[in-house]
Amino acid sequence: MSGIPHDHYEPKSNFEKGMQARLPIIGLLYDTIMIPTPKNLNWMWIWGIVLTFTLALQIITGVVLVMHYVPHVDMAFASVEHIMRDVNGGHMIRYLHMNGASLFFIAVYAHIFRGLYYGSYKAPREVTWIIGMLIYLLMMGTAFMGYVLPWGQMSFHGTAVITGLFGAVPFVGEALQTWLLGASAVGQPALNRFFSLHYLLPFVIAGLVIVHIWAFHTTGNNNPTGVEVRRTSKEEAERDTLPFWPYFVIKDLYALAIILLVFFAIVGFMPNYLGHPDNYIEANPLATPAHIVPEWYFLPFYAILRAFTADVWIVMGASWITGGIIDAKFFGVLAMFGAIAVMAIAPWLDTSTVRSGRYRPMFKIAFLILGADFMFLMWLGAMPAEEPYASLSLLGSTYWFAYFLVILPLLGIIEKPTTPPATIEDDFNAKYAKSGGGASEGVATPAE
Amino acid sequence: MLKRLTLTAALALVLATGAHAAGGSGEVTDYDFSFEGPFGTFDQMQLQRGLQVYTEVCSSCHGMKFVAFRTLGDPGGPQLPEDQVRAYAELYEVWDPTLFDGEGDFRPATPADKFPEGLISNAPDLSLMAKARAGFSGPYGTGISQFVNGMGGPEYIASLLSGYTGETKEEAGVFLYENKAYSGGYLSMSQPLYGDDVFYEDGTEATIEQQAQDVAAFLMWTAEPKMMARKQSGLGGVIFLGVLAALLYITNKRIWAPVKSAAKKGAIPAE
Repeated sequence: MSGIPHDHYEPKSNFEKGMQARLPIIGLLYDTIMIPTPKNLNWMWIWGIVLTFTLALQIITGVVLVMHYVPHVDMAFASVEHIMRDVNGGHMIRYLHMNGASLFFIAVYAHIFRGLYYGSYKAPREVTWIIGMLIYLLMMGTAFMGYVLPWGQMSFHGTAVITGLFGAVPFVGEALQTWLLGASAVGQPALNRFFSLHYLLPFVIAGLVIVHIWAFHTTGNNNPTGVEVRRTSKEEAERDTLPFWPYFVIKDLYALAIILLVFFAIVGFMPNYLGHPDNYIEANPLATPAHIVPEWYFLPFYAILRAFTADVWIVMGASWITGGIIDAKFFGVLAMFGAIAVMAIAPWLDTSTVRSGRYRPMFKIAFLILGADFMFLMWLGAMPAEEPYASLSLLGSTYWFAYFLVILPLLGIIEKPTTPPATIEDDFNAKYAKSGGGASEGVATPAE
Repeated sequence: MLKRLTLTAALALVLATGAHAAGGSGEVTDYDFSFEGPFGTFDQMQLQRGLQVYTEVCSSCHGMKFVAFRTLGDPGGPQLPEDQVRAYAELYEVWDPTLFDGEGDFRPATPADKFPEGLISNAPDLSLMAKARAGFSGPYGTGISQFVNGMGGPEYIASLLSGYTGETKEEAGVFLYENKAYSGGYLSMSQPLYGDDVFYEDGTEATIEQQAQDVAAFLMWTAEPKMMARKQSGLGGVIFLGVLAALLYITNKRIWAPVKSAAKKGAIPAE
């Protein structure tokens, strides 16, 4: 499938030959699983498998939950309690699903930051990156709508706040919000449609995941050096790569087992730690919780949303230029979506000719700050909207945008990168020559 | 470097969550409950004492509409014998719309029924209280203390029930009672426990703190009746995955060994 020269599927038995002539599905599976993969992938290349597994976990547990859940404002909360108390294994299934959302986002953030560091978004993998960003957006939508379904206090009031954001759109905001909710306020129509979409979107995500995999199987994987696999001959390609099965399947499954071990410990011993206690109170439109806070995975972007208040000069400027059409609230909404948009267009903002951050000394520092900034914003998103958190959020948001819009384009020009190895093989060999032990399994070291 | 970042990310995650509860809170004592930690289990006698406190004190205002009487006999809970569950349920009357030719009437509850709702509209339902009040965590809303000390809803409930100072004030015609554990300082629930509010058959002395902890433990059970089953599954999962991870580690090592030793050999001439 990829442009990397390698052995293709050869049907052997009569059945295989017959299938290959009619529906080449065995060949497709074979070529997918035997894809030549750069030898030197490190442990940050395991998140794709984790994400695929988590998507399957969420769909399977979700389908079972739907068998017992009732999307009705008077019964949703009670039906969740029914699952927790009366359904066989229901408490486990729900906690797996609930914490599965957190696992999904931990993995996706690791996956995204991996891509940002090693330049996986750069040509020729822009399409893979854009599809990944679409998946991420859909994940956020799905997670948000899933959080509404238990119909607790945070579900209800969180929905009111988030759909209220669409109400900030000039001219059509109110109509848009009503259209989204199916009513002028959060209620039965909103719950029903969110339920419908929460069931639908994971399958859309699954479809996009296939396209995502197709795209990077066409370009070949990136790797920690950012150096492409040699494609001039099959022999050279084979010295840079190993087939996905068994080398990377087993490696990824090992990593997955470790991650699931931690995941099971959380599900088994502290399943509500990542959740919000207020969501164990049935939704009551008349009582608003003291602090409405989204789930942890939305917090960085929530902080960006709240950072742009009316007294920030850029907001005042935007308001003045547009004659008040863009007010602080709408500016915040634009900033929140913009924060994701700038990430999506990173392939065209990064001007550096060197792909991997490993060979870019200045980039390394900027990237490290970006990672810290993300955590910082996550913490700020959970803090109340008051000083000093508001100013700090503005600072954090500024760096987020500056990284993508200023630093990435500029670094390509001013930075002097070090030289990456000539081939993946060189990188791989150098690693094991240097580390000595670790890999040696009773193999005599040749005399030096 | 990314590996280090991931660790930082994991740490920050621990910090950021629980952050939700950034609101102020009163003094909450970190009581030791038997069900804390990965191996903690409910103390059956304590749950039965807590049920007694709930029945004789709390239930005069509060309800527990998600808890079925039959679950009082379930393993991992107060585990009352079947005849006692039946007898206990009959203490309550429930509304049955099928009686009286479809007009409905009250009848004594059976184990299949649920605890009735509260009689006072502003007395919240207690079924899930221990989970709904788990959200106080510091410092700086980081959730560390909750993570380290395992503090949660039961500690809050026990602290609240034994945190009354005796001070009252009147605000807009409503009496408010001062409480050390309540974040606002004053709340509208009057002091429910004074000591010796119930008589414990097992000889435990019914002090305010004892009763408060017993009912807090009981409410943890009503909020999370499957806790012990859950911890067991969690432990099973962790052990299974530990073994699986070890096997995969060995498999992975063995599969990669020839590739890596070839790399070592290959590297020498390259230098």
